[in-house]
Amino acid sequence: MTVSQKNPVKKINIICAKGAIEDVYATLILGNGAVMEGIECNIFFTFFGLDAVVKDRMDKLHTAVVGNPALRISSGMRMPTRLGVIPGIEALVSGKMKRHMEKLDIPPVSEFLEIITAGGGKIYACKLGMDMFGVKNEDLSEHVSGIITVGEFYNLAGGEGSHIIFT
Amino acid sequence: MSEKVYGGIIVEMTPEGYLEDFSVWTEVIAEEIAKEEGIVLTSDHFYILKFLRKCQSDGEKISIRRIHKSGLVNLKTFYTLFPGAALRKAARIAGIPKPENCV
Repeated sequence: MTVSQKNPVKKINIICAKGAIEDVYATLILGNGAVMEGIECNIFFTFFGLDAVVKDRMDKLHTAVVGNPALRISSGMRMPTRLGVIPGIEALVSGKMKRHMEKLDIPPVSEFLEIITAGGGKIYACKLGMDMFGVKNEDLSEHVSGIITVGEFYNLAGGEGSHIIFT
Repeated sequence: MSEKVYGGIIVEMTPEGYLEDFSVWTEVIAEEIAKEEGIVLTSDHFYILKFLRKCQSDGEKISIRRIHKSGLVNLKTFYTLFPGAALRKAARIAGIPKPENCV
């Protein structure tokens, strides 16, 4: 698709506040897509989204199997929410999703962060979120550029052609 | 489709500026497309361009992750060699179709 643009997107700033597979991957794919297009990119992980930048948790994310009406089983049938409460179902569904993503060449979170930062994308962790959840600096991935406040995030997001996305 | 002259040869291009025919590519064509992208090609560039062309002829999917896993080049170096939209620029210079994937 060729589009000539009068006001091109120059910077993408993404806030990720949730830690389910689909929330984190939506963030990472949008961020990496920006980097691949040569667009400046800042990603701010806060609240439950912090799991995506905590070394011991980032590659063990799960997807919600309760209260997720779009979740379907292989046949295309909706997965009844009641099934989600059975022990092990969440891990089973999450594992299946990860294997499916790997087949589509979508990298694990740790590798995705490495790919994004190699292209110049910046990853930030929320100071308040870290205090709330007891996350320490040493728990964070080496790809985190800094621990910042919301005010600092808005400062980073300034400028013409800059957009903020909340996933 | 449009026609362009690179290195004295008329080549057909897609509306987005990619070679229509992968097989007409030469190093001279690559150098002239690279010039349009503001890049002066070195042996490091050609090493990657040839890898991309091999992936294409082997029918492999081309992605940033493919470059990352190839062990051919550090991804940071790849982004430095082709500043901006690195994979898209590299594909254009390598004479292969525009990569259409999100990762």
